[in-house]
Amino acid sequence: MVETNGKSARAPGASAGPAAIEVRDLRHRFGAQQVLRGVDLDFLRGRITTIVGPSGCGKTVLLKHLNLLLRPDSGKIVIEGVDVTRLGNRGLDEVRKEFGMLFQAGALFDSMSVFDNVAFPLVENTRMEREEIALKVREMLHNVGLEGMENKYPSELSGGMQKRAALARALVRNPKILMLDEPTTGLDPTRTGSIHALVRHTQQRFGLTVVMVSHDVPAVFEISDRVAFMHEGRMRLSGTPAEVTAANDEVFNRFLAGRAAGDERDAAAL
Amino acid sequence: MSRIVEMIERLGALVIDNVTALGNFVLFLVNALWCAATPPYKPRLAIRQMRTIGAESIVLVALIGAFTGMVLGLQGYNTLRRFGSEGALGTVVALVLVRELGPVLAALMVTARAGSAMAAELGSMQATEQIDALAVMAINPIQYLVSPRVIAGIVSFPLLTSIFDVIGIWGGYLIGVGLMGAPGGSYLNGIAQNMSGHDIMSGLYKALVFGLVVMWVCCYKGYHAQRMATGVSRATTEAVVLSSVLILAWDYFLTSILL
Repeated sequence: MVETNGKSARAPGASAGPAAIEVRDLRHRFGAQQVLRGVDLDFLRGRITTIVGPSGCGKTVLLKHLNLLLRPDSGKIVIEGVDVTRLGNRGLDEVRKEFGMLFQAGALFDSMSVFDNVAFPLVENTRMEREEIALKVREMLHNVGLEGMENKYPSELSGGMQKRAALARALVRNPKILMLDEPTTGLDPTRTGSIHALVRHTQQRFGLTVVMVSHDVPAVFEISDRVAFMHEGRMRLSGTPAEVTAANDEVFNRFLAGRAAGDERDAAAL
Repeated sequence: MSRIVEMIERLGALVIDNVTALGNFVLFLVNALWCAATPPYKPRLAIRQMRTIGAESIVLVALIGAFTGMVLGLQGYNTLRRFGSEGALGTVVALVLVRELGPVLAALMVTARAGSAMAAELGSMQATEQIDALAVMAINPIQYLVSPRVIAGIVSFPLLTSIFDVIGIWGGYLIGVGLMGAPGGSYLNGIAQNMSGHDIMSGLYKALVFGLVVMWVCCYKGYHAQRMATGVSRATTEAVVLSSVLILAWDYFLTSILL
């Protein structure tokens, strides 16, 4: 069953566990501009949930609330049973240790090599020995197809390789929740496909809960267990990709058509 | 009437914005000092910053110190000779350097070199979400990026000022005594007899305050840069300009207290 306006329901046939993240009536504004207008959404444990929507609808702002970079004006976010909106900085840091985050441009540290970037969360947040860290880092780089790139610096990598390195860094501490902010923006279709495949493979291998913001519609539907369509600061639709597509929502259809028209214009321009 | 009301509203909004900005500015320093004083401590990061801010500025500071001392030796000798007081050259050069020019010029040079680079680095990190990445990894960005730089500034600036002073006094000797012919013994004896511990400490206290102010301003501007290329360049420019103005303003206040 597709959810409209974000109210909770379970899609038939989906083996849904409890929600890893629950968002209730989330509101936030910047100055006079109300960006989030009461967002309600569940992110199911062990599933890939993709948030889509037109530019400026509040997707990234929502993601920044989920990864605790922003605090809401009102509303609630419950992560693995903990209401994070009530936590102080120390409590938030404890919750953040369960996250891995892939930023839109990777956000690798320029002054560090790929090895040091991937090792960074282990060096700063654990008491692992150097040899242990080195083994873990090499394992992660192997998982994302970057063997032999340990000594390269971010400026020496292509966009796709930077995303892979950033993904390795996001996964190195075995997080329970992985968040991705437009992981394929700026990549060509081949690399987009490989990043999508990598995300799916990683989620299945480690059983992660994945929250993804993406503009790659409808390509991203192929790897998503659930899709949430955001419009003007609220969740307008959510469900499985098939349910959302079949819902025949006028605004969503216009959004899809607009994306398709945009793709055709880009192709014509080339 | 509505125009007057609108003007009052705009003025009110301007005052509120500026007071808020000033408050955030002060809280930024308080946060950085608090993080420096509380665990987890990051001594290696502070030492790394001391190398960048301090050790890598030695050559520049020594060069500027030498030329400043040489100019003081030249100008000082020509002026004192009119009054038959060439023997006071060493005293004049040393006191001017140690109390004023040493801390101020050393601070301005390090601001131009290291302060601008720091603002640009932090601004670039802000623009590319590296600072957000630290926060999401449960690493306090202020503790990791700002506190080590503030500590490094407080430690490095007095040391660089001392180097500036010594090289400057030597530069004054080189020109005043070596070139212009002032009595060498009087130059050095004058310094020994007329310079007190208070003179030296005054200069070092100033340097310590300048180190804190420069690191605070440059880190703040970089950390709060707008997330675009022009934002980073604007932050860098504002950091250097504001630091320079505050160095000179604080120089006056500290001089009035320390005299």
